[in-house]
Amino acid sequence: MRHASRPAARRGGAFGAVVGVIGELLITAGVFLGLFVVWQLWWTDVQAERIHTQVLADLDWTEPPLEVPDNELEGPVVAPEYRDDPPIMDAPDYAEVFAQFYVPRWGADYVEPVAEGIDKAEILDRLGIGHYPDTVLPGDLGNFSVAGHRTTYGRPFHGVADLQEGDPIVVRTEDTWYVYRVTEHEIVWPQQVEVVSPVPGLMPGEPVPELTERFITLTACHPMYSAAQRYIVHGEFDYWAPVDEGTPAELIDAGVEIQALADHDAGVR
Amino acid sequence: MMYGLLWHALPGPVWLRVLLVLILFVAAVWVCFEWVFPWFSEYVPINDNTVEAHAP
Repeated sequence: MRHASRPAARRGGAFGAVVGVIGELLITAGVFLGLFVVWQLWWTDVQAERIHTQVLADLDWTEPPLEVPDNELEGPVVAPEYRDDPPIMDAPDYAEVFAQFYVPRWGADYVEPVAEGIDKAEILDRLGIGHYPDTVLPGDLGNFSVAGHRTTYGRPFHGVADLQEGDPIVVRTEDTWYVYRVTEHEIVWPQQVEVVSPVPGLMPGEPVPELTERFITLTACHPMYSAAQRYIVHGEFDYWAPVDEGTPAELIDAGVEIQALADHDAGVR
Repeated sequence: MMYGLLWHALPGPVWLRVLLVLILFVAAVWVCFEWVFPWFSEYVPINDNTVEAHAP
């Protein structure tokens, strides 16, 4: 009896072994994908926010002046609004963090670094907001265009769809504030590079007219957790101010504390 | 099967085997988080946010 049943058992055993291994491989794949989701939706945020805080602290820029009126609490000086040609910074190196991005609509504690370049792994996944190198620098005639993640890697543009017409977007370089105002948004396909043209909407290859306006363009993925399309926000330049003359009223009114930011970062470091 | 073989290959009493399995699992997760997932995410483009002339 034993003799007869042994080959059959062995055959069944081999079949069972194969099924068992396949089953375990499928379970492993399931766990792998589950962990990947955890990594993508949670861990990339944790890592990127740590880096963003660090690079903002590393900028070590001077703070805008505070005033201490008699018998009053000290507060930031409201910057005068200059509407002539703003100063333009020298071209930053690739991957250099050259600006800070403030959007009062996204909260008083919202500030993110802007780095040169739009490489995904090196800039957007690590340093935060990336500047399209072929577009102009803040304040210049043309279209200052930046890309940012909407859902992961610190999600600097998480609230991009909350922006409304007239909302201020404040860009700070080391010496200058540039205040833009949101004008419109659109949803486009990933190939529609005309959104970052010197004049938004100008098709590639078309002759560029003499530039008279200063635009800002934000690009983010759309819909959320997808890369099928792009969510685009356009804005136009409002005014500029030197950092050593004060802080834009838009930031003060929103409760953004530039001073506190520096202290906070120093603490984290 | 594979995990059964692993279990039998581990030395020591049950509590030590459980501990070793946990350590191996944590190590595998760490390797995934540090290297495997960043590489894998390049092929899962759910995060692209730039406009480019050629589709990525």
